[in-house]
Amino acid sequence: MTGRKSDGAVVHRPLSPHLQVYKPQITSVLSIFHRITGVGLALGTLLLVWWLVAAASSAAAYDTVSWFLRSPIGWLLLFGWSVALWFHFCNGIRHLFWDFGHGFELTEVHASGKAVLVATAVLTVLTWIVVIVF
Amino acid sequence: MAHRKASDFAIMRSQLGRARGLGSAKYGTGHWWAQRATAMALVFLSVWFIFSAMHLAGQPWASVRAWAGQPMTATLLLALVLATFHHLQLGLQVIIGDYVHGGWLPMVTTLVMKAVVALVALTAVIAVLKLAFAG
Repeated sequence: MTGRKSDGAVVHRPLSPHLQVYKPQITSVLSIFHRITGVGLALGTLLLVWWLVAAASSAAAYDTVSWFLRSPIGWLLLFGWSVALWFHFCNGIRHLFWDFGHGFELTEVHASGKAVLVATAVLTVLTWIVVIVF
Repeated sequence: MAHRKASDFAIMRSQLGRARGLGSAKYGTGHWWAQRATAMALVFLSVWFIFSAMHLAGQPWASVRAWAGQPMTATLLLALVLATFHHLQLGLQVIIGDYVHGGWLPMVTTLVMKAVVALVALTAVIAVLKLAFAG
């Protein structure tokens, strides 16, 4: 895409890959996962706020939120929340490394992407082992 | 179309405006920086909260209140809530900017989103303060 700098000089900036034309790759798939998990976590904060408000209100209100979180839907939401959080957490750290100018080579981007997926799986499983066992 | 050089265009921008680098919206890189700063804070705060939540799972109301009533817990909970909702609305703003098109729709969507996020965030702040002062 042709654009201009603030002094008027012409610059040719790269275009983002177009979804309909590009084959899904680990780079593009993890990028959209970051957005989807971000939106998911944003909705998930409603659960956190409900929990905080219930704890601040009464024992009965707290029992209701506890009952909901222990129901099958509650477990499913909490499990989804934990996967989304650990993914967004790991991939966010990957983004911070890019912001500091590291890891831009294609081999590095692929390796860090795979590392994010492995770390997400390991951290999620560890979290639930600790919750269930202890 | 004939190729035109940069010098063919009149740039109606002052040297001071260029040096400040804040662009037409006057915020410059503020949004980008705020998203990164809150992300770095959340690296620590979210790990602390996950450990706390794992510890509190299945505990009765009284234990949760005793935990939330400690000044250090209240401080970290407030920091978590503020960083989370600030980070979240910056992210949602970018997503709306990318996918919502046409006239006044992006602006209205962004304003409604920010209003809802602000109200939810304030609710969380009040709950944390109530727990802090009750303890």
